[in-house]
Amino acid sequence: MRTRFQQQMEELREKLLRMGGLAELAVDRACQAYTERDLTRCQLVLENESLINAAEREIDELAFDILATQQPAAVDLRFILAVTKINADLERVGDQAVNIAERVMDMIELPAVELPVDIARMAAAVSAMVRRALESFVEGKAELAQAVLEMDHVVDRMRDEAFIVLVRTMNEKPQVTQQALDALLVARNLERVADHATNISEDVIFWVLGADVRHHAQAASANPRPEGREA
Amino acid sequence: MGVGIKVERLNAFYGKTQALFDINLTVLANHATALIGPSGCGKSTFIRCLNRMHETIPEARVEGTVHIGDLSVYNGTSATQLRRRVGMVFQKPNPFPTMSIYENVAAGLKLNGFRNRKQLDEIVEKSLRNSALFDEVKDSLHKKSGASLSGGQQQRLCIARALAVQPEVLLMDEPCSALDPISTGKIEELIFQLKEQYTIVIVTHNMQQAARVAEFTGFFLLGKMIEFDKTEKVFTNPSDKRTEDYVTGRFG
Repeated sequence: MRTRFQQQMEELREKLLRMGGLAELAVDRACQAYTERDLTRCQLVLENESLINAAEREIDELAFDILATQQPAAVDLRFILAVTKINADLERVGDQAVNIAERVMDMIELPAVELPVDIARMAAAVSAMVRRALESFVEGKAELAQAVLEMDHVVDRMRDEAFIVLVRTMNEKPQVTQQALDALLVARNLERVADHATNISEDVIFWVLGADVRHHAQAASANPRPEGREA
Repeated sequence: MGVGIKVERLNAFYGKTQALFDINLTVLANHATALIGPSGCGKSTFIRCLNRMHETIPEARVEGTVHIGDLSVYNGTSATQLRRRVGMVFQKPNPFPTMSIYENVAAGLKLNGFRNRKQLDEIVEKSLRNSALFDEVKDSLHKKSGASLSGGQQQRLCIARALAVQPEVLLMDEPCSALDPISTGKIEELIFQLKEQYTIVIVTHNMQQAARVAEFTGFFLLGKMIEFDKTEKVFTNPSDKRTEDYVTGRFG
């Protein structure tokens, strides 16, 4: 056994899980900040961003070291490639959370209005996608990741519906245009978070099965061996 | 040009001990094929069956068929006839120590009765050029002995010696294991160029080397060939768990 190598791989896995936790927390806080018009949570999201950025660099450095010194192959190579890509997606998830928080900080300055869109429901769906994508990574299970891919269509539809009703609202009630525009941008940010969760799930499938399912290809089982492997 | 190799139901024995079990393998002409596996897995035994070196060991024997191009290795072909078409390079460079560089390369041809000096000169130069050694030794072809060269140069001299008899297949049994990284890099670059003209089968302990030089890779374990596939498949997504355990270092 390559003990040192296995230790480094475990360290990489743990670092990515911590990074995943930070990104998930950022999205949840940003969504709560939107529904509760909570400035404190917005500030927490902004403060959290530097931790995410630092975590991203650490993970890249460790992955780079392992690639340079250990020459990983097969499932280990796929794991490291998947980690580096998931890492980038999680950092972007953090950025989207910051975008939402900044939008909420603008919104709080404006009078609260009722809008015909359920951002909280969309936020719950997106949070669930991020959580499940990370679970699929923790468990190393492609079927969990596959389930996330299927949820992406639901969030896309929510975003499309939000756009239609919010544009209509802007036309009908110009006095709430700014609030409707903020909500529309938050919906777009959430949909992008869902896209990152989808990317993460695709990378998990690549790691576990060796199958490339990007761009909506089916998760063909390129490797028929049982799943649930250790990193 | 290189020729393909077809191995069917190959079994090899050392006395009563069976070292290879029912190996079936097709090696494509003008490609490099690497054989990997832990020590004692049978990969060197296998490569030595391809040029009938296995049977030179007392009580060793082979069953099954091997075809090198249209030549049936174990049916009506003499070992001498075979080895004109199948060159071999070993783990440790083994130039003839008392011969000059020129004589080392010309040795195989002279042994076969080749005496035309002008043609001999041409073949020696061409072989040394093909083994990427000519420029380094051109001024001392007759002055220096093969043994006076560095390890990496000696191994390229052995490759030149193998190429001089104009084989179709080149077998390499861990050709870089005694060499430093620079010399290893030169031999690997050479393998890459040589496969345009020859079919190459290389046994290596260095998995990264297999990944770098070979289009196809076979994984041997306990005398059986567990997996044979395109090299990138073997190193990125092998089909057999045992192959994956080996290439990822989880083995043992």
